Amino acid sequence: MLNSFDILETIRMIQDECLDIRTITMGISLLDCIDPDIDKACEKVYNKITSKAAHLVEVGEQIEKEYGIPIVNKRISVTPIAMLAAACPNENPVKFALTLQRAADTCRVNFLGGYSALVHKGFSAGDLALIKSIPEALSVTNNVCSSVNIGSTRSGINMDAAKIMGEVVLESAKITADRQCIGPAKLVVFCNAVEDNPFMAGAFHGVGEPDCEIHVGVSGPGVVRAAITKYPDATIDELADVIKKTAFKITRMGQLVGARASKMLGVPFGIVDLSLAPTPAVGDSVAHILEGMGLEQCGTHGTTACLALLNDAVKKGGVMASSNVGGLSGAFIPVSEDQGMIDAAKAGTLTLEKLEAMTAVCSVGLDMIVVPGDITPETISAIIADEAAIGMVNNKTTAVRLIPAIGFEQGDTLEFGGLLGSGPVMPINRKSPAKFISRGGRIPAPMHSIKN
Amino acid sequence: MRAVITVIGKDTVGILHKVSGICANHNVNVIEVTQSVLQDMFAMIMMVDISRITSDFSALSDEMTTLGKEQNLAIHCMHEDIFNSMHKI
Repeated sequence: MLNSFDILETIRMIQDECLDIRTITMGISLLDCIDPDIDKACEKVYNKITSKAAHLVEVGEQIEKEYGIPIVNKRISVTPIAMLAAACPNENPVKFALTLQRAADTCRVNFLGGYSALVHKGFSAGDLALIKSIPEALSVTNNVCSSVNIGSTRSGINMDAAKIMGEVVLESAKITADRQCIGPAKLVVFCNAVEDNPFMAGAFHGVGEPDCEIHVGVSGPGVVRAAITKYPDATIDELADVIKKTAFKITRMGQLVGARASKMLGVPFGIVDLSLAPTPAVGDSVAHILEGMGLEQCGTHGTTACLALLNDAVKKGGVMASSNVGGLSGAFIPVSEDQGMIDAAKAGTLTLEKLEAMTAVCSVGLDMIVVPGDITPETISAIIADEAAIGMVNNKTTAVRLIPAIGFEQGDTLEFGGLLGSGPVMPINRKSPAKFISRGGRIPAPMHSIKN
Repeated sequence: MRAVITVIGKDTVGILHKVSGICANHNVNVIEVTQSVLQDMFAMIMMVDISRITSDFSALSDEMTTLGKEQNLAIHCMHEDIFNSMHKI
């Protein structure tokens, strides 16, 4: 029997603590849309997406009402477009991006991810053309997201790709300079990218996945923060237990919503991504959880330890609550999307170096960080390489989403609006890594990649 | 199939009547009602049977939301599965 305490707790979590389902993401395979004629391929892509996801938003809205839980985003992820672009070598892949945008508009989804290439060991047909077209693709579309995987624990780091991505990130910012440099906010450079990630901008539908499936990304930093503030004098292990219990409840809700959506859409249920994804809304900050554990401000000494504890406890609590946990699953630390991080970065407490250390224990990587507009492409490449090295050696997903603020200076702030928030320009190290980046080649896979 | 309707806010005359009236219009049977004061808030929790509902559940939910807005109360109408899944192993 339900008791009123439990009922009111759920309602308080939703109403006061920003608990929501962050996203329902439909993964759609486009492998059957490959065609040497790009116009035919685009037509097939449009038809497949709009038929599979025709009712996605409608079903999402229905579930919101049924359970009284907000579902903030409805999204689509597709097969990396480089695989389709490979069949039409002399065409501009941006045609695919425009098709994806058209499909996203028809389906009324918030984002569509998969303008992607997987080049962790090298470039195959279509990869280079797609990567070079990313700046244009991101500037002519609004809701299409792009990602490139440049390294993995199994294969090492493709330094040629890291070099190119430094240029691509900077170029994306330059051609969207009139729009707060929004381009690179939709571009993620990965190491160990996962195939079933429901979160943007890095979502794509891996080739090992079924034809169509539904993933759910839960959220709830506000709930965790509220839970730990109830125990100001608890020891660390007691705190871990509190987080585990909270994560369990949040994830159960994700599991319920995912199972319901999968049934209503007649599509298999993929995974629940048990991530703590912050938003700029008051009370929805991961930084504030860390501060709730006893740090004066996020970014000070102790931050990495607190984040490690949080990330691990979220996983342990969530794993029991869902039969299929996947995606990125952990705590996100996107600077511009988290009010506590924004404040800490403005105060100078949170630096790029500290964030890099934090990415060794969080779920992803350097996320939504605004850097000075006069940054060199080599420095961006070197940041990407550093981050990929952390991912490769630690067997985890890492990513880089940097936004060079063209025409802005240190101390200025970029305003993206909505869930992307706003970010202060953060200082970078000005010494040049150009010689290292110009070498090219591949960083060999680490010893522990040889597992068989 | 059951749903939980919660009403949170300042107490007003006739609120139970209005909420149960909407339920009756949709052929939704009220099974149980509890009421408590949490901090400075009045909270009513109503368990209803929706297995013979004559309309869409979202229509019921919409009407409750509208009533809540009119009366300046937070009214939530949620399927019981969400509470069962979150609070029971």
